[in-house]
Amino acid sequence: MNKIYPSAAKALEGIVKDGQLMAVGGFGLCGIPEALIDALRDSAVKNLVVISNNAGVDGFGLGKLLETRQIKRMISSYVGENKEFERQYLAGELELEFTPQGTLAEKLRAGGAGIPAFFTKTGVGTLVAEGKELREFDGETYVMERALVPDVALVKAQRADKSGNLQFRYTARNFNPAAAMAGKITIVEVEEIVETGAMEPDQVHLPGIYVHRIVLNANPEKRIEKRTMREKVAA
Amino acid sequence: MGWTQDQMAARAANELQDGFYVNLGIGIPTLVANFVPADMEVWLQSENGMLGIGPFPTEDEVDADLINAGKQTVTTMAGSSIFGSHDSFAMIRGGKINLSILGAMQVSEKGDLANWMIPGKMVKGMGGAMDLVAGVKRVIILMEHVAKKKDGSFDLKILPQCTLPLTGVGVVNRIITDMAVLDVTPEGLKVVELAPEVTREQLQERTGVTLI
Repeated sequence: MNKIYPSAAKALEGIVKDGQLMAVGGFGLCGIPEALIDALRDSAVKNLVVISNNAGVDGFGLGKLLETRQIKRMISSYVGENKEFERQYLAGELELEFTPQGTLAEKLRAGGAGIPAFFTKTGVGTLVAEGKELREFDGETYVMERALVPDVALVKAQRADKSGNLQFRYTARNFNPAAAMAGKITIVEVEEIVETGAMEPDQVHLPGIYVHRIVLNANPEKRIEKRTMREKVAA
Repeated sequence: MGWTQDQMAARAANELQDGFYVNLGIGIPTLVANFVPADMEVWLQSENGMLGIGPFPTEDEVDADLINAGKQTVTTMAGSSIFGSHDSFAMIRGGKINLSILGAMQVSEKGDLANWMIPGKMVKGMGGAMDLVAGVKRVIILMEHVAKKKDGSFDLKILPQCTLPLTGVGVVNRIITDMAVLDVTPEGLKVVELAPEVTREQLQERTGVTLI
C-alpha cells in the first residue's frame, strides 16, 4: 500500500474538512509540520479545533491559520508568543482551552492507546479541575481528564521509510509521537524518505501502524524563536 | 542588602545532590545551572523532551531541532537522552524528577503556589508548571521576596493565601528569595537562613504571614 503523497496538498486531499478536531505536533516552532500547515491554509477549511501545545508566532506556524481565521478554538498549554492570537482572543473571535502541558500530552497518548480518560494530580485545586470529577486513590486526590482523539493529526518527523516507520530528530520529537498515535488519520511530513528495510527495526521511534500518509519536505525553514548562544572562549 | 540574583541561584544550587534529576523553571531558576558543582553529576530535564541539557551552542552549533523548554537553542552533552512530551511528563508526573526549582508570583504559608495567571491580563498559559508542581518530589521556589513597583512601593508575595489563581495546592517545600530561605512546615513558614545584612524584623516586614 502506498503511503507516499507527491505534495502536502495531495496528502490532505479528501481528509480535511470544516469543523474537524485536529492535532498538530510541535513545541514552539520546533518540530512543526510546516508544509502541511501551509497546505491546510491553502485548503481553506475552517472552524477547526486545533490541539497544539503552542499557537505559533505571527506569520509562522499555526500563526498562518490564525491570520486566515481558520481556527475556531485552540487547546494549548502556552500561547504567549503571538499578537494576532491575543487580538482575536481578547476580541472574542477565538476560543481557548488551556490544558496543562503534561495533561495535554497524556490526553493524546491515551487517545491513541484506547484509554478514554485518566486520573492525574495535575491541576487539582486549580481552575483546571473545575467541573471535573475528583477521586481519591491511596489518600491523594486526582482529577479525571478525558482523552483526545483528533480526526486528523499533522506531524513532523525527520525520516520515514515507505511503510511509515518514523524517526524524529532531537527535541523536534516533542508532541509529534503522541499526536501521531492519537489521530484517526495521521499525516506526516518528513525531511527524508528511505526504502522500507533501510531503517533498523531497533531504531524506529514510532511504528508505521500510526502513519497513514507521508509527504516529503526536504528543506523546511525551521525558524528559531530564541537563538541563544554562548560566548566564544578566547583562544 | 540581601542576595543578588546570582547569589540566590548559588544558594539554590546548594540544594542539588549528586545524581539528581532536576527541572529548572524559566527566569532566575535557569541561573542555577551555572552553579552546579563540577564534581557533582546533575541531570537537567527539559520538559519538551530532553534529559541532560548541554550549554548554549556556539554559532556553528546552533540547531533549530534542539531547544529547551524556554525555546532557547541548546546542545546535548555526554549522556543526554531525547524523548517525546508524553514520556517527559510521565517522568515528571511519575515522581522520577528529584527537584524542581521554579519562579512564583505568590506563595502561601501552606505551600500553595500561583505563578501562571493574573486575571484581567492576557494569560499566556500554565505550560508545564502545574504538572511539575504536582509530580516532582521536591519543589523549591526561587523568587524576589516582594514584587517591587516603579513608584518604590512593593506588593507582598508571601501571603496567608494566594489571591491569584493557583498552580498547585500545598506543593511548595522551600522558598529561596533575595532575603532568606524559608521552609513550609505544618506549623507555618520557618526561617532557615537570612541573607547577609537582612534582619529578622526586615524580613517579617516584607512577609505577609508571621514567620517562625
